[in-house]
Order: sequence, then structure tokens, then C-alpha cells
Amino acid sequence: MTEIGLGHYLTLGAIIFSIGIIGIFLNRKNIIVILMSIELILLAVNINLVAFSIFLGDLTGQVFTLFILTVAAAEAAIGLAIIVVYYRNSGTIRVEQIDELKG
Amino acid sequence: MIAHSIFFYTFSIIAIISAIMVTASKNTVHSVFFLILDFISISCLFIMIGAEFLGMIMLIVYVGAVAVLFLFVVMMLNVAQQKNQWFSSEDSSKHIPVGLIISTLIFVELIIVIGGWKYKPDLFDINNSVELSKVSNTHSLGQVLYTDYIHVFQISGMILLVAMIGAIVLTFRKRTGVKTQSYLKQISRERSEGVSVLNVESNKGVKIDD
Repeated sequence: MTEIGLGHYLTLGAIIFSIGIIGIFLNRKNIIVILMSIELILLAVNINLVAFSIFLGDLTGQVFTLFILTVAAAEAAIGLAIIVVYYRNSGTIRVEQIDELKG
Repeated sequence: MIAHSIFFYTFSIIAIISAIMVTASKNTVHSVFFLILDFISISCLFIMIGAEFLGMIMLIVYVGAVAVLFLFVVMMLNVAQQKNQWFSSEDSSKHIPVGLIISTLIFVELIIVIGGWKYKPDLFDINNSVELSKVSNTHSLGQVLYTDYIHVFQISGMILLVAMIGAIVLTFRKRTGVKTQSYLKQISRERSEGVSVLNVESNKGVKIDD
């Protein structure tokens, strides 16, 4: 219970990043949960950037967090549109059944 | 400072537990709700350490737009009741150790990097209280965003435009058999295809083909 420093925030970011990676690997249900795991990973990156920006007194980290937020919103919109089109064509978005492009 | 630690641990524990529940919950709708809870607690952390503008933007953009978009897609695709089977299914059991090993490895590497970090001893004293205390966070962010980063800002606007057009084009479909108005056909009608003048003879009438 010492003073909350930069290391605490970086550790929180590392934990959430790892949970996002676990979610990508272990998911067998549908692609939407994989997209949500990618959002978690981007959130962890944002935590790191904001923590560095605050504790080092430099605003650049917060500016780039804003741009990451923008790109994440665009990525979520495009990804969900692709999922909707795929579901309309094939009737399923289960991960293990999406193997038409199996190499 | 003790209140700072209490709030930090509360919000970060909520964030970690809800992040675990995003990946592990059986129902996809529950995953979306835990994602919303995660965003809310992280934005509370941002507000707490002094990045108020980003915390509020994260509430508006993520909770108000992205998570609701996820929720709409989950409900529209009717996949919420598909059961999560990665605990029991034998087909996927070979993925679990691989995923656990890789993510534990990444986590350990990150912790080693964080723990072995060396700061310059006077790093925190230089900037921390000079300019951030005079004006608010939003004010200083706006001063930087519209001057130094104006090109990147406009490029991000272009990215949003491209994403919007892409999403519309991807999900747009033309239905056949639906009677709709075609403005091009209406405007480009000519007199010659609409009206014809006939010379009608007496007592014979006119035969119209249609």
C-alpha cells in the first residue's frame, strides 16, 4: 500500500494485455468475442500511454491515445460490418467452422 | 494519498475481473456488458490520475458508440445463446495450453521490463508541476492538438470517413423485386417515349398495344 506510481499502472496494462491475448487464443465461440479481446488489448496500450504521459509530464502520449481511440472505433466498425456480411452469406460465425480458406 | 491507493486498487480490480469475464462468460451479451464495465472503470482511472478529457472521451466513444455497436450486432446476429465450449470440448483442448503458455510468457516479459526499469532521478521533478497545474487538461490538450498535431488529426478524420464508407458499402445489399423510385429514370424520360400522336380515322378507333 505504498504510493501509486508509474509501475502500478504499467502492471495493470500488462495484466489486461495478457487477458486479451488469452481471450484471442482460447475463444471457440464466435468472432465477436475475439474483436472484444482486441479492444481489450488496445485499452491496455492506452493505459500505458496515458500513465507515461501523466507521470512524465508530456502531453504527446494523451494526443496519441486520442488517435488510437479513433483507429479502434474505425476498426470495430469495419470488423463488425465484415462479420455481418459473413453471417449473411454462411449463416454462422463460429470460429471452428470458419475454415473455408484453410491453407 | 491513501484515498488515491484505495481508488486505484478498487478500479483496477474491477477492470481485471471484468476483463476476465469478457473472455470467459458463456453468453455473448454478458461479455459485451463486462466490456462496458471495463471501459467505465478504466476511464475512472484516467480521470483519477488527471487525464480528464481522455476519460470522458473514452466514456463517450467506447461506452456510447463502440460497445453499443457490439451489442446491436450480437443481438442482430442471434448468436447470443451459442454456448461457450472451450472448457469441455475435446477438439479445442489443444489450444488451451498453447494460449496459456504464450500469454504467460508475454506477461512475464512485460513484468520483467517494468520491474527492471531505471528512471533518471530528477525526471519526475522537471515537468510535472510546471504547466499542467495552470490550465486544465482539456485546455492544454487542445492547444497541442490543433497546432502541432493538426495533420495527424485531419488524417484521423479521413480514417473515420473511410471506415464509415467502408461499413456502408460492405453491408449494403440490393434487393430484387422491391418497387422503388428511380430518380435517374424519372429525370431522363423524354417526350418521344411517353407521348405519341396518332391520326384516328372515323369509325375505326385506335389500337393501343399494352
